[in-house]
Amino acid sequence: MAEIIAWVTSPMFIAYATLVGVVFMALQISAAVMVYAERKVAAFMQQRLGPTRVGPQGLLQPIADIVKLFFKEELRPKAADAFLFSLAPIISVTTAFLAFAPVPFGAATTFFGLLPEPMALMIADVNVAVLVIFAVASMGVYGIVLAGWASNSKYSLLGGLRSSAQMISYELAYGMSLATIVMFAGSMSLREIVDLQQGYWLGFIPKWYIFIQPVAFFVFACAGIAETNRAPFDFPEAEQELVAGYHTEYSSMRFAMFFMAEYINMVTVSAVAVNLFMGGWHGPFIPVEYGWIWFLIKLAFLLFCYLWLRWTLPRFRYDQLMSFGWKVLLPLATVNLLLTAAGVLYFGL
Amino acid sequence: MLFYAFAGAAVIGSLLVVTQKNPVYSVLALIASFFGLSGLYVLLEAPFVAVVQIIIYAGAIMVLFLFVVMLLNVPREDAAEWDRAHPLYRPMAVRIGGALALLLALELAWALSRTAGLGGGVADQHPAVSSVAELGRVLFTDYMFAFEVTSILILIAMVGAVILAKKKEE
Repeated sequence: MAEIIAWVTSPMFIAYATLVGVVFMALQISAAVMVYAERKVAAFMQQRLGPTRVGPQGLLQPIADIVKLFFKEELRPKAADAFLFSLAPIISVTTAFLAFAPVPFGAATTFFGLLPEPMALMIADVNVAVLVIFAVASMGVYGIVLAGWASNSKYSLLGGLRSSAQMISYELAYGMSLATIVMFAGSMSLREIVDLQQGYWLGFIPKWYIFIQPVAFFVFACAGIAETNRAPFDFPEAEQELVAGYHTEYSSMRFAMFFMAEYINMVTVSAVAVNLFMGGWHGPFIPVEYGWIWFLIKLAFLLFCYLWLRWTLPRFRYDQLMSFGWKVLLPLATVNLLLTAAGVLYFGL
Repeated sequence: MLFYAFAGAAVIGSLLVVTQKNPVYSVLALIASFFGLSGLYVLLEAPFVAVVQIIIYAGAIMVLFLFVVMLLNVPREDAAEWDRAHPLYRPMAVRIGGALALLLALELAWALSRTAGLGGGVADQHPAVSSVAELGRVLFTDYMFAFEVTSILILIAMVGAVILAKKKEE
């Protein structure tokens, strides 16, 4: 008992427990911020104003949205499978949070000497982090499939089936691009992959993998957008055809959970992209202890690109999406993987 | 302690697979059972195997299972109806099933009696499984033949599926 108390009250334990809480809250808040950003960016691109009424510049709009969602009536179709209908959003949101666990977002720090030993700014330092993220991402599809099936509505079912077909198809290319980077870096730990991208070529080009592996980045970006069901790959919720796709029958907080899962997944995919391709927390001008600032800047840029793409590109047609995934992206990723393997073997990089 | 939690999840999951009447629930119970197994792999200090178990079984194969079950829209199994439809087959099925279960129990008892002396995790006996690099090296040297034959087998199955699924040209 005494050891347990000593362990629980040790500075490192408290620090890690706090970190878990902070990341959990930050992810939830990031969903709210993304809702606001989405509206504002959409408005900017369409020469509108967007939300302006709630708070200065409409900044409190997400809070109004959340309050509204809390007080809405929870509806469930009569013919729905009650257990799976409530389980589906839980699966979605849990996998979304879980996927962020092995993602590092800053260099190890002691918080200005507050802690006896440096603490890595990540929740779980797994040596197969890349695979864990991939595994958890592949779990997310269950939330959507089950939501579609359990709702017992044809729009939901079609949305769920489309989405799972899309996610399964793009997962292959996603995995291939991850494998390319893992092979190139010779490590599956995101922390090590980030540290390998320190320094500069010719004194000014940062050693980011995006410059050596642009093809892998392209494949990762396409597959990442498809995995998170965002435009131009947002078939599961194609309004014109499917009402709202797999969450047609959901309302109130259950709907909010799907929504939150979608935004958190965007954050996770962007964070993984920053770590794998854009040097994570390394950057000029800011000392490495404050590397998380660079991390947030890069993350914000990628998230903006998400919104930018959504309001720029029209949605693909379903058959175009499938043939793009299987006939363009997957062969491209495979050839890139083989070339990288040959290069690593030949030059011994 | 963790072992019992994961093992319990795996066993209860497997039991639910066979006792559930709704096939969709059976599929989900099987996924839960795979998670239990994956936890056991982590305890055996084989994180790579654990993650691969999730990616391949829970993430890929079971999604397809779920797909098929949903698309076929298999009705709930109704035991009473089944009994009425096949009065003669039931006793035979029970006898064969009982014999197989007995055989399985005997095999398990035999296996347990032989493993009594063994201890430690997999990593202690075969350091290869704990490291990805070692695993890759072993797969492409000692188990080269088995590895390549398996991949050819999967390729054949894939080609076969494509041919079967392809529509006949008119």
